[in-house]
Amino acid sequence: MTDHYTRTAITLHWIIALLIFTAFPLGVYMHDLPLSPDKLKLYSWHKWIGVSVFLLALVRISWRSTHRPPPLPAAMPPLEKFAAHAVHNLLYMLILAIPLSGWLMSSAKGVQTVWFGVLPLPDLVSKDKELGDALKTVHESLNFLMLGLVLAHIGGALKHHFIEHDDILARMLPFLRRKS
Amino acid sequence: MKRILIVPLLLSASLAGSAEFTVLLPQQSSVIFVSKQMNVPVEGSFKKFTAWITVDPAKPETGKATIEIDLASIDTGSTEADEEVAGKAWFDTKNNPVASFSSGTISSTGKGQYQVTGKMTIKGKTQDIKAPFTLKQAGGTLLIEGAFPVKRLDYNIGSGIWGDTSVVADEVQIRFSFTVAAAKK
Repeated sequence: MTDHYTRTAITLHWIIALLIFTAFPLGVYMHDLPLSPDKLKLYSWHKWIGVSVFLLALVRISWRSTHRPPPLPAAMPPLEKFAAHAVHNLLYMLILAIPLSGWLMSSAKGVQTVWFGVLPLPDLVSKDKELGDALKTVHESLNFLMLGLVLAHIGGALKHHFIEHDDILARMLPFLRRKS
Repeated sequence: MKRILIVPLLLSASLAGSAEFTVLLPQQSSVIFVSKQMNVPVEGSFKKFTAWITVDPAKPETGKATIEIDLASIDTGSTEADEEVAGKAWFDTKNNPVASFSSGTISSTGKGQYQVTGKMTIKGKTQDIKAPFTLKQAGGTLLIEGAFPVKRLDYNIGSGIWGDTSVVADEVQIRFSFTVAAAKK
């Protein structure tokens, strides 16, 4: 068993992270803007990033299901191991569920999602104001759940690296590996 | 008893002569537009319009139509956008409440297919337009359906910051469907 994630998993992890760190603040910022061409642009970009996250998440999850990550340190308390796995699994679910809820919301609000303005995604639901409003709430709630989990995920990684001085963070950033 | 006799008489009368269709049935008619925002087609409609249409399916070339659309009745799909397009940069509905079309010539382009030319006026600007349409007669009504593109900037619709056609395309597709009942005798 190697001591870090595969290069593919590492690359996907950081690209998806970067996209989420762009799409999330963009979503928070854009929805309060008064209607303008810039707002329409930002909405489109947000959707394009979301679709990209969704597709990369599919690749990432299938890769993950065929490539076991390196084990957590044996000394780690079971409860912490359980918490780490739970956060990881929830994040895997959310990186699919959040773009999906956004895509459905867009359809329900009567605006098809067209990836990069070129590839139209099918409208899985038809235009329906109430459904659109409900999906908006779902999209927002899932995002704030993700925010909490991401903070826990980052907090955990930093705690392992700077307080417990183990190599957990190095699983995803191999150059941080301590010389043993 | 008398009524039963009169109804067939009326029917035969309307079938015999030139049967003109003139009575618009608003519930079975629609004016829809499809704009492209960031290359995404987005559909909207105008809820209120009136049309004075006279068509004889036997000789549609003699038909005439005047259509007036209440621009404030627009339904873009969101309240925010409805308010925005009522403003000065778009339709400026306070000063220009109505868009109108009045037909010129109608010519046949195939079986059941026609083309109407005419003048469309929006926001004080008048343009010549051409629209293909079809006629379908079903029972006592005539369905007139067609679609044609307009360039919104020809009418100064969506000016200023909205003039950027990479966000909202210049071309807007208009789809009309009018159900007209036979003229009352």
